Amino acid sequence: MSTTHDHGHDELEPRDTAGSDLALRQGDDAVDKFENPGFGPHRPRRSDVEPEANKRAERQVVALFTISILGTLGFITAYFALPPGETIASMRVSNLALGLGLAFALLGIGLAAVHWAKSLMNDHEKAEDRHAQRSSDQTRAEAVAALKDGAQDSAIGRRGVLKGALVSSLALFPLTIALPLIGEVGEDWNVSKFKRTMWARNKKLTIDPTGRPIKASDVTIGSVVHVIPEGLHETEAPLDEKAKAVVLLVRLDPRDIKSEQGEGWSYDGIVAFSKICTHVGCPVALYEQHTHHLLCPCHQSTFDVADGAKVVFGPAKRPLPQLPITVDDEGYLVAQSDFHEPIGPSFWERLR
Amino acid sequence: MKALAARRHDRRAPAVLLLLALLLTGALYAVLAPTSADAAPAAPSADQVETGEKLFQANCATCHGPDATGTDAVPSLVGVGAAAVDFQVGTGRMPMQMNGPQAQAKPAQFDEEQIAALAAFVASLGPGPAVPSDEQVDPALGDPANGMALFRTNCAMCHNAVGAGGALSQGKFAPNLWETTPAHLYEAMATGPQNMPVFNDATLTPDEKRDIIAYLDLQGEDAPGGIGLGSLGPVSEGLWAWVVGMGLLIAAAVWIGARSS
Repeated sequence: MSTTHDHGHDELEPRDTAGSDLALRQGDDAVDKFENPGFGPHRPRRSDVEPEANKRAERQVVALFTISILGTLGFITAYFALPPGETIASMRVSNLALGLGLAFALLGIGLAAVHWAKSLMNDHEKAEDRHAQRSSDQTRAEAVAALKDGAQDSAIGRRGVLKGALVSSLALFPLTIALPLIGEVGEDWNVSKFKRTMWARNKKLTIDPTGRPIKASDVTIGSVVHVIPEGLHETEAPLDEKAKAVVLLVRLDPRDIKSEQGEGWSYDGIVAFSKICTHVGCPVALYEQHTHHLLCPCHQSTFDVADGAKVVFGPAKRPLPQLPITVDDEGYLVAQSDFHEPIGPSFWERLR
Repeated sequence: MKALAARRHDRRAPAVLLLLALLLTGALYAVLAPTSADAAPAAPSADQVETGEKLFQANCATCHGPDATGTDAVPSLVGVGAAAVDFQVGTGRMPMQMNGPQAQAKPAQFDEEQIAALAAFVASLGPGPAVPSDEQVDPALGDPANGMALFRTNCAMCHNAVGAGGALSQGKFAPNLWETTPAHLYEAMATGPQNMPVFNDATLTPDEKRDIIAYLDLQGEDAPGGIGLGSLGPVSEGLWAWVVGMGLLIAAAVWIGARSS
C-alpha cells in the first residue's frame, strides 16, 4: 500500500458503482501503478433468486448442525458405553468412537457455519480501507499527560530508595526462571569425560543386555554381537557409561580384513568397533554380512568393517574408533585398553 | 485432452483429484506392502539323504556345484546345516528365481518331505545348525518381555522396533517378520541368511531365541491407537498426512474460498 499520504483513508467510501470509484482513486493517488479493476458485476446465487434453493440451503445447514449434535451425543455415549478396558481391541474401539464423535461434533459446526455464510448470508461485495494506525493528536496528548501525572503522583523522582527497590526487584526476578534452567542443564560440566570410556585393560567383553562374557571360540564367522563392558550394571550411572562404551563385535574371515586401525587390535578375524556414530552419535548397528558394511540408521553413514570402519558413504567424517581386543587365559574376549581416541561425534576440545 | 483441460476449473475437480490421490495411495500400498511365504518346519529324519541328494543334483547343483562347495559368487553349503536349508527352501528363497539385490521370499517350490530330504542331505555334508523342535520355537513357552529387550538390542535396527521390516542399502531390505513361522524365525537367527548376521547359540541362547519369537508373536496385531499403517513410522504416516491430510485441508480451503453457485 502506498504510504506517501494517508488522508482520505479514515472514512469508508460507499462503492456501489465501481467505475466512479476507480476514477476517484486514480485522480486521488498518482502513485498507484495498477489500475483498480473494481468489482465485477454482482451475480446472484441460486439461493437468492429461488426460494426452494434458499430453503434447501437452510435445511443443509440445519443438517450439518444436527451432525454436530449427534457427534457430541455419540461422544458422550461412547465415553460411558465404551470404556478403554484392558485389551487392545477395546482400547482401539474406545479411541475410535471418541475420535469420530469429536470429529463430527467439530466438523459439523465448522461446515455448517461456512455453508451458512456462503449460501444464506448476504454476499454483496464490500471494500474496507485500512484505518490510520496513528491515534488523534488529542488522544496522544492525553496519554502522555496521564503518564506524567502518574509519575508525579508517585513521586518516583524524589523517592530514590523506592526507585532503587523497584528496579532491583524487577532486575532480580528473572533469576527465578533462569537459575533452574541453567542449573538443570547438568551439574557436570567436565567435558573430558567424553574422552574416555569404562573400557580398560583386561575388561571382559559381555553380551548386551544379559552381561554374559564372550568366548572367542563361540563367535562364528558372520556373527554380530552387541557388547557392553563387564560390570556395566554395577557402575554408578550405567546408562551414561553404556552410552559411551557400547561396542559392536563382528567376526570376519581373516582373509577379508583389508586394514585395521592398529596393529594386533583384532583377534583371529574378530573386530570390535564403537557403536556410536562419528556423525551425530546414533547407534550404528545395521550390519550387512556379505558386504561387511555397517549402516547408521539415522543418516545412512556407511562404514566398512573389513577396512578399519572407514566411511564409504554418508555424512560421517571419521571411522568408528576400534576397540583393541585380545583373549585372556580362559579364552574370553577382553579389551587391551580403552579406545585410543574419543568416541562419537566431534565436540570442542576433542583432540586437546 | 481438451475436454479434460476444460473441466480443470470445474468445482468438483478438487474432490476428483483427492479421490484419485486416495486410490493411488491404496494401489501403491497394495503393490509395495511386504509379503511373506510360509511353510511348516520339517522333522529331522535319518534315511532321506539319498532322496535329498537326488533332489539336490536336479535342482541346486547348477549353482552350488555337484559337491555343494559353491563358487566365488555362490556360497558353499558344507556346514550350513539343516536349519539353513529349511529356511531358504521353506520360505521359497531358494531355488532362487533370478539374480537381484537379495533372494526374495516366494511360495515354496518343494513340499515338506522334499525339504526335509534336502536338509538331511546338506546336513550330512558337515555339521551345522539343526532344524529346531516344536518346543524350541513355541511362542507360548517364551518370555515376550525379555524377548523385547533382546529384539531391540539385536534386531530392531534392521527389522524395525516391532518387526515390520526396513530398508538396507542398494535395494536390499530386512523383511517384515509378522507372517514368518516361528521355526523360520529361529532358523534365520541361527544361520544368518543372506546379509543378516549370525546369532548363534552363544550370542542368543535357544531360550533367548524363543523369547524373541514370543515377542514377535504379539506384534503386527491391532494397535490401540487405530490404524497402524504398517507400523513403518514416519514413512507411511508422512505419506498419509501429506496426501490425505493436506489434500483434505486444500479441498476445504478451496471450498471455503469458492463462490456459492
